[in-house]
Amino acid sequence: MARKIRVLVGKAGLDGHDRGAKVVASAMRDAGFEVIYTGLHQTPEMIVQAAVQEDVDAVALSILSGAHMTLFPRVHELMKERGIADVLLTGGGIISKEDMATLQSQGVGQLFGPGTSTVAIVDYIRDWAAKHRGGKVPAAG
Amino acid sequence: MANGRTETATPKRPRDAASDGKARPAASEPAPRDPRFETLSGIPVQPLYTPADIAPDQEARVGRPGEFPFTRGLHPEMYRTRLWTMRQFAGFGTAEHTNQRFHYLLAQGMTGLSTAFDMPTLMGYDPDHPMALGEVGREGVAISSLEDMEILFRGIPLDQVTTSMTINAPAVVLLAMYIAVGEKQGIPPEKLGGTVQADMLKEFIAQKEWICPPRPSVRICVDMIEWCAKHMPKWNSISISGYHIREAGATAVQELAFTIADGIGYVEECRKRGMDVDEFAPRLSFFWDVHNDFFEEIAKFRAGRRIWATLMRDRFGAKNPRSWQLRTHAQTAGVSLTAQQPLNNVARVALQALAAVLGGTQSLHTNSMDETLALPTEEAATVALRTQQILAYESGVTATPDPLGGSYFIEALTDRVEAEALRYIHRIDEMGGIITAVERGYPQKEIADSAYRFQQQVEREERIIVGVNKFQSDEEVAIPVLKIDPEIERRQIERIRAVRAKRDAGAYSRAMTALRDACLSEKNLVPFVLDAVRAYATLGEISDVFREAYGVYREPAVF
Repeated sequence: MARKIRVLVGKAGLDGHDRGAKVVASAMRDAGFEVIYTGLHQTPEMIVQAAVQEDVDAVALSILSGAHMTLFPRVHELMKERGIADVLLTGGGIISKEDMATLQSQGVGQLFGPGTSTVAIVDYIRDWAAKHRGGKVPAAG
Repeated sequence: MANGRTETATPKRPRDAASDGKARPAASEPAPRDPRFETLSGIPVQPLYTPADIAPDQEARVGRPGEFPFTRGLHPEMYRTRLWTMRQFAGFGTAEHTNQRFHYLLAQGMTGLSTAFDMPTLMGYDPDHPMALGEVGREGVAISSLEDMEILFRGIPLDQVTTSMTINAPAVVLLAMYIAVGEKQGIPPEKLGGTVQADMLKEFIAQKEWICPPRPSVRICVDMIEWCAKHMPKWNSISISGYHIREAGATAVQELAFTIADGIGYVEECRKRGMDVDEFAPRLSFFWDVHNDFFEEIAKFRAGRRIWATLMRDRFGAKNPRSWQLRTHAQTAGVSLTAQQPLNNVARVALQALAAVLGGTQSLHTNSMDETLALPTEEAATVALRTQQILAYESGVTATPDPLGGSYFIEALTDRVEAEALRYIHRIDEMGGIITAVERGYPQKEIADSAYRFQQQVEREERIIVGVNKFQSDEEVAIPVLKIDPEIERRQIERIRAVRAKRDAGAYSRAMTALRDACLSEKNLVPFVLDAVRAYATLGEISDVFREAYGVYREPAVF
């Protein structure tokens, strides 16, 4: 039986803006995902450690502090070091199109900016998991 | 769950208005365009307001401008005698960059300074701390020692401007640095005018930038209120802020309620220390968000003044009329701006700014159109300031105080917003006060629920956001965006290391030892922090003393 998609929603760095992270976490939960929310002010090491322990399918980082060009690459690098390069790294925040393209060229997944529908985020992770994680489907409701 | 809407006792009025005795539309009249017509807080809006919708003793309840309970504004003539302060929030990069922006904005006619600090500064870390990686100078200016503060205000005589500093957990450090810069310019504390935000309760509720747990954090806020009451008669020792509560997702009613509840919390803590309410209350100030729902926002400003005046006079026994006055700064709602079609934000900001002025604000920041993308460029910040100048000098709305006073709709909405906010305030009182409510996560959960509900409404297109879920455009409008040079972090690290190396080690260690001892006593910490700052102790070092004495706050991660 397929297990639920597990997602770690993480807040890295000093950024305290957690409205978006909580809204997205709630939407994922309502879409049937299992959501682990790290809480605020996590280091990249803490986030990757949690991703390993929780055996997640995806890590979704929320960064509105402008530190995304430091934090996404750092988390990505640590994920490779800890042997979870097959886990999706995605996220969102105040990130310019240009920076999104740069991060994606480095192997980070799709990133979402302000005004994104939560449906788009849920669909993206569900499709990714179907293709890359053995067709897991979230339980209904 | 309890929230702004579902706890509403009054049922929605029927749309045909027949049951409340008002004119029934002819059968052939079209159905309402919107099946709901309610404010952003979920307050239903009727098809018609008449004298029957306002209280019979309305004139006494509302009062006149400049008179208790100040519903219509704090001053008899409002903007006829003095315009609001145009105070644009600015800060990025190093102290040199922000000092240049300050000089530019003052040259453009801005009338007060407002400082945005970067994340490491807000959280009490020096730029070379591992947690500061990638964050230095990005969301505001990096201020790590008195040397940075001296550069920040270079060429700006502190007795000729007023300065607002958006700083909370390490507020006492920045206040001390400002006083020390004043000393170096030959200006004593009693001549310094401005505001330090220093509202830790709303940090735990919404903005989430903290160092220590709630109770020691509030103790340091109260130390500042007490010290400023004695030594800085022109200084606002706290800015009790609804802004961040609203931005985190609260409704207007929740913003009003939780902010006033925070205010009650600080007043109670000051009284526990034996201070007389009239000693400190005249220097308490507030800070509202101004969101999209035009009339509800105006009603919020009006209701806020009435609630506060009544509380201060009747609950806390304040005798000085200045203690009754809710003086407020306002800022247009950053969260309402869209990354899509960013030029549209100029229109949003203008409407929100108009609401703040019609609401009777004392000072105003207008957001720049590009703030969903990055910190504002100089051009975008100038348009934002010009928006205020157009309101002040072209629109005519400043010619008479509270021009909407007496409108059946505005007065009814003011009453309703007030009643709903008071319901929340009573619930918090019953919990044992705001500090206990915050420790239990009550306002935090209410806000998160409202934020999620709003997002669902947007996704169901029950709320329209132009350019986002309606009137979208495929064409991308590229506007210039401010870039922060990553070199800034390295330069700031070099500077702080140089400061540590060249300061008088003896004076530094004496001041730090005295501060450590004071933290464990009941002494007011302000003079000890001032000595540490004068000895060039860094922001991170002083914050570490607080961490050792009081511990570090960890929020339970709930959503």
